[in-house]
Amino acid sequence: MSSPDGTAPPDRPDGTAADRVAVADQADPATQETPADEPRIEDLVHSDAGPALRFDGLAEEHAEHEAVQQPAEVMTESGPEPATTADTAAGTTARAATEGDKELDLGPVGHLGDRLFGGLARGSGGLVVLIVAFVGIFLLALAIPALADDKSNFLFSRIWEPGGDEPRFGIAALFYTTVISSIIAMIIAVPIAIGVALFVTYYAPKRLAAPVAHAVDLLAAVPSIIYGLWGILFFAPILRPVIDGLSTALGWIPLFEKPPGDNVGVVFTASVVLAIMVLPVVTAISREIFAQTPISHREGALALGATRWEMIRLAVLPYGRSGVVSASMLGLGRALGETVAVLIILSVPNGTDPWNSSIFAGGETFASKIANNAAEFDSPEKTGAYIAAGLVLFVVTFVVNSAARIIVDRSTPGAKRGRR
Amino acid sequence: MSAVAENQPAYDGKVLDLTGKSGARAFKNTLATVLIVLAFVLAMIPLLWILFTVVSKGYHLLLSADWWSQSQRGITVRRAGGGAYHAIMGTLIMALITAVIAVPIAILGAIYLVEYGRGTRIARIVSFTIDILTGVPSIVAALFVYAVWITVFGFNRVGFAVSLSLVLLMLPVVLRSTEEMLKLVPDELREASYALGVPKWKTILKVVVPTAFGGIVTGVMLGLARVMGETAPLLILVGYSKNINLNPFNGFMGALPTMINQDRTELALPNAADRVWAAALTLILLVLVLNLLARLIARFSAIKSK
Repeated sequence: MSSPDGTAPPDRPDGTAADRVAVADQADPATQETPADEPRIEDLVHSDAGPALRFDGLAEEHAEHEAVQQPAEVMTESGPEPATTADTAAGTTARAATEGDKELDLGPVGHLGDRLFGGLARGSGGLVVLIVAFVGIFLLALAIPALADDKSNFLFSRIWEPGGDEPRFGIAALFYTTVISSIIAMIIAVPIAIGVALFVTYYAPKRLAAPVAHAVDLLAAVPSIIYGLWGILFFAPILRPVIDGLSTALGWIPLFEKPPGDNVGVVFTASVVLAIMVLPVVTAISREIFAQTPISHREGALALGATRWEMIRLAVLPYGRSGVVSASMLGLGRALGETVAVLIILSVPNGTDPWNSSIFAGGETFASKIANNAAEFDSPEKTGAYIAAGLVLFVVTFVVNSAARIIVDRSTPGAKRGRR
Repeated sequence: MSAVAENQPAYDGKVLDLTGKSGARAFKNTLATVLIVLAFVLAMIPLLWILFTVVSKGYHLLLSADWWSQSQRGITVRRAGGGAYHAIMGTLIMALITAVIAVPIAILGAIYLVEYGRGTRIARIVSFTIDILTGVPSIVAALFVYAVWITVFGFNRVGFAVSLSLVLLMLPVVLRSTEEMLKLVPDELREASYALGVPKWKTILKVVVPTAFGGIVTGVMLGLARVMGETAPLLILVGYSKNINLNPFNGFMGALPTMINQDRTELALPNAADRVWAAALTLILLVLVLNLLARLIARFSAIKSK
């Protein structure tokens, strides 16, 4: 997942740190000889260093701005203070105000450009926060009217009959299926993911480690609809004996009680496919953290005579524990929200059948329920019911992901935040 | 530590055997190795199986020129023929619009996090919300856009609405990878630029971003690969059309995932099954090519570390 992943060759075809600084060094005396040379900043920055993003408009604006402020040229030579992060909005406006009065303002060059660009960057950061806030607010605003009309208990009812004069809908069944399928998926995926991550970091030959890591990452690239199709058509049939075996051995527990019939589109099948889908997520983050185990810890263990496994158990696993937990939480978040694969695999129970808590029965998750009934979004009341379900899913994934994040933040130093 | 202490082997005079494993420890070590290798093999099986299934069932339709140039217009479930042009174009158009909206916001957001807001409270809030956005399920993103675009504004279900929801999914991927790349740019480069009197914004645009450019492109491609395979927003926000529709603001639009979805209930019919697997292969090819390209770019443009 991390693009440099330690294996990429260090050579870089275009401008590198070293040669760019070198170019800058050579250019430096030249500028002092010709101070009046207007566009020299362009030359200094080695503008053909790479396929740069060019904001020509901004550049021209900046040039004009500089041209107007000829006297400010003086300070270019003396070297301006680099604009720091402490460049607050208040400070900027204050300086802007003095600019008009005093000709010889020694504020940083490219004032306007900095304000514009800094504003754009800050605006984008703020936009992300706004978007996430809006997702919550909009879903809540549209769910509330529907929830007010709900004639049954939204949290504890298993009925789903939105629309009509007496809408009755509750999320209990959806919540149960969503959570149980994801938890089983994690029970299957996490040990395998830890194994794969250890294989990549400490077992595979150095030469093979990177290709192997990429192969696992490719699992994440397969679209979920293809997982769904493959899962129900090819994978489910071979799970048949597993389902039969488990239900024979553990059938006395309601969770493992197999209803009659040969249905393979059951929660258990969906869980196994979900496990395959979250495997690359958990693996990628665990891998990064295992690889960061300080070499002194590892060599210390080996020097004490530990075998490779003992080294991993004594040094690597304790170091990476919180990282693996948070990776699993992120994977759980992914499994909870997975839509299409689950939609294809899970058979929707017949409306007349009694609700079945077994993992060998069909069911519907939040996501599959919403996607399955997209055609029903005809009246605001009905849509509201589905949006309410979506809101619950959003809150659940929010809680899970926040928990993952908090664990990372509190974890051992060096544990990295996972992406994706 | 206890395991090591308890199993302290007696010194047997052999100089080179420094590990001195007892039988139980050697067995545990071998067992762990076997299990770990097994876990890896287990993880590879589905990947190879899926690829084999899709390629073997889908490749023959991809060999015909019609597949790349014709739509499914007028082709019923039972009939063979037609192609996936409408769906490929739909997928590409929606992904392109998504990228056009998401990439500038993502790059500027990453620049904010690394160059302007590093260590500030606001940056931490932004960073936290990005993590939240990373975890937003695609169906929730789709519902949100449905709520805004259709319920509140009263617009129709169109391709552009899909792009809007995909923006929510692509944004955090591109932003995070860009952020990681910008963090790798050595501070000496920035300081050298400042010392020469180059303004901050120009330093970012002409020094920092070009240095990290390869990594940013990698992030964009990984983001594109992610959104192209998404199906949930397509199901909710745009109808499937068998005809060629290149206008994202008007009418239903074909896309590869919905093309698969369209015929997946008719897999008993050989022609429909062929189409489903061929569309699946086309989608996988698109996504895999983007992924491999991204990794190649990442490999050849990694920032040189000191």
